[in-house]
Amino acid sequence: MSTQTAPAPSLSLLTREGRRSLPLVVSGDQELVGLDDLATTFQLSVQESLGAITVSYKGRTIVLTPDQTLASVAGRLISLPSPPSRSGARWLVPVEFISRALAPIYDARIDLRKPSRLLVVGDLRVPRIAARYDTLGPSARLTIDATPRANSVVSQADDRITVQFDADALDAPAALLPQSPASGGLVQNVRLADATTIVVELGPRFAGFKATSQPIEDTMRLVLDLLAPTDTPTAAPQQPQPPSPPAPPELPPSFGQPASTMRMIAIDPGHGGEDEGATGLGGAKEKDLTLALARRARSVIEARLGVRVLLTRDDDRNVAIDDRTAVANNNKVDLFVSLHANASVRKTTSGAAIFYAAFDQSAIDAAGAGGSERLPAFGGGLREIELVPWELAQTRHLDRSSAFADLLAEHLHDRVPMSVRPTDRAPLRVLESANMPAILVELGYLSNAEQEKLLATDSFQATFVQALYETIIRFRDAGSGGTQ
Amino acid sequence: MTERRALTIGGVALLGIVIGWVLFVGVPRWYTARATRTVAASPAPIAPPPPGRKIKAHLYYVADDGLRLTSVERDIAYGEGTLAQAREIVAAQIAPVAEPLVSAVPTGTRLRALFVSERGEAFVDLSREIVAAHPGGTVDELLTIYTIVNTLTVNLPAITSVQVLVDGKEVDTLAGHIDLRRPLAKNLTWVQ
Repeated sequence: MSTQTAPAPSLSLLTREGRRSLPLVVSGDQELVGLDDLATTFQLSVQESLGAITVSYKGRTIVLTPDQTLASVAGRLISLPSPPSRSGARWLVPVEFISRALAPIYDARIDLRKPSRLLVVGDLRVPRIAARYDTLGPSARLTIDATPRANSVVSQADDRITVQFDADALDAPAALLPQSPASGGLVQNVRLADATTIVVELGPRFAGFKATSQPIEDTMRLVLDLLAPTDTPTAAPQQPQPPSPPAPPELPPSFGQPASTMRMIAIDPGHGGEDEGATGLGGAKEKDLTLALARRARSVIEARLGVRVLLTRDDDRNVAIDDRTAVANNNKVDLFVSLHANASVRKTTSGAAIFYAAFDQSAIDAAGAGGSERLPAFGGGLREIELVPWELAQTRHLDRSSAFADLLAEHLHDRVPMSVRPTDRAPLRVLESANMPAILVELGYLSNAEQEKLLATDSFQATFVQALYETIIRFRDAGSGGTQ
Repeated sequence: MTERRALTIGGVALLGIVIGWVLFVGVPRWYTARATRTVAASPAPIAPPPPGRKIKAHLYYVADDGLRLTSVERDIAYGEGTLAQAREIVAAQIAPVAEPLVSAVPTGTRLRALFVSERGEAFVDLSREIVAAHPGGTVDELLTIYTIVNTLTVNLPAITSVQVLVDGKEVDTLAGHIDLRRPLAKNLTWVQ
């Protein structure tokens, strides 16, 4: 309700000429805009006759009917979320009118960004900005994603790092970070300095930084690794707030190591949304546990290993099993790790177990039947292409999956309670289609009261993530990681 | 010579006709009659067998460690033919059991239908309780599936693989882990 006192809502209109605002009227969950305001802004003429409202632009017309959500745009029907409504002498239309009715007949490109209440007119480059800040022991990482891709120049002067984007404006939230950084004096604030510049205000403990950028699909990701002075590692325990994953002294951040064959990893937090997975007697839910661990693993692996980590879900929602594997396959990740928690009808069963895929002989025969075909290749000629059905993609990676499972079991051994069957194979749906080494970890049994408590502890989670991190390094260094 | 040759040819032809009649008309008639008699003798395949007639079968329950199945030999009702016997075995397998036995198949699960294909694949259609009342977890789901798969493939050699259906439909998984889109073969690594 406090939003009621916020300034009057408006749509920010961005053109070559500059930025101005269009007033919005909020009615229920609808955002409406005055037709008269649109007419002045976009040189439209509005006429009302015979119960219809005709909006014209350079001989093209939009016909609206009061109480009707359907409108005719240059002879084609479109639908609007709500009908035009009268407010005194004015007509109000939903903001979607701009993207669905006006954009198709307008000369310049119109891009409505409803979530950020931004309206971009003309060929302007206005990337959406999403920033994230992760604290990792003494150091920290600031990740800034720009979509569509925009390059940036990073410079440091005195107590600030300036990131200047090659764009016309930035589509960024008012608060760049969901919460202000509390990293014991590395960074004080991250803010928008002007239309295309982000400023990182540095704290007293800042000693240096390293910037890398990497295109990921339509996004350009800029990563700023912020380092504390290396000669004061004892400063870390003095931090008032507990850093989430404790940094192990024996494995310092591996910045600047030789290029590895491991570029990207997918971590799959099992279940989610309505599918809660297993539930403990104390109320712990598998879906929450797996998400917490996946996020924690992402922070540690991304910061210390310089490997990008994709999560198949980053919030509490249901993702279809095939979509989880598709995230890994489409991004050509080098490793797929699915996180789960177990349950048993026997309340004393306990321990972590790691699974890799198993296929019946009939399925493997079917995979072989796919065979290979000579298909036209880029640059002319024919190339032998091996065809493997989607649901059997994992058959080619079973050796490396089983090797990774054994390595992880070895690293977990003596550190967390293990099942008497620490590694096993099973026809697991989420692994069968994975076109890379892939495993599923069952962290422990939520049906066991003692294990339910253990799995929720900070020490268990930190230990597990540390073991996973070390396993990935071993796997990579053994030359098992990466794609050709 | 020509007369003798004609006689021989005639004899062979007659023999051919007789053999042909026996093979294509006589034997099928005889078989049909016998089959009809068999069907008439047991009009309903799932009708209760003659009282007291039992067979021994291995049924599967969760072992004490919760990580494997344990096999228990039981007397169960006799069923005429693979299909009827398969139904009896599944019905006995999913019936509620008393401690210390614990079933990996959730209580309340009913057998809706069971079919066996010519290739020996059994399709076991179970009621929705097998999903709704499932505790979740990879190992428990494995044990539930392999209870059904092994109870049929171990006791009935004619059945080579088993696919579990739920409420008449093919399902992806029971609880989000084990792929049920294909029939699964016997797997004794999950048995003690």
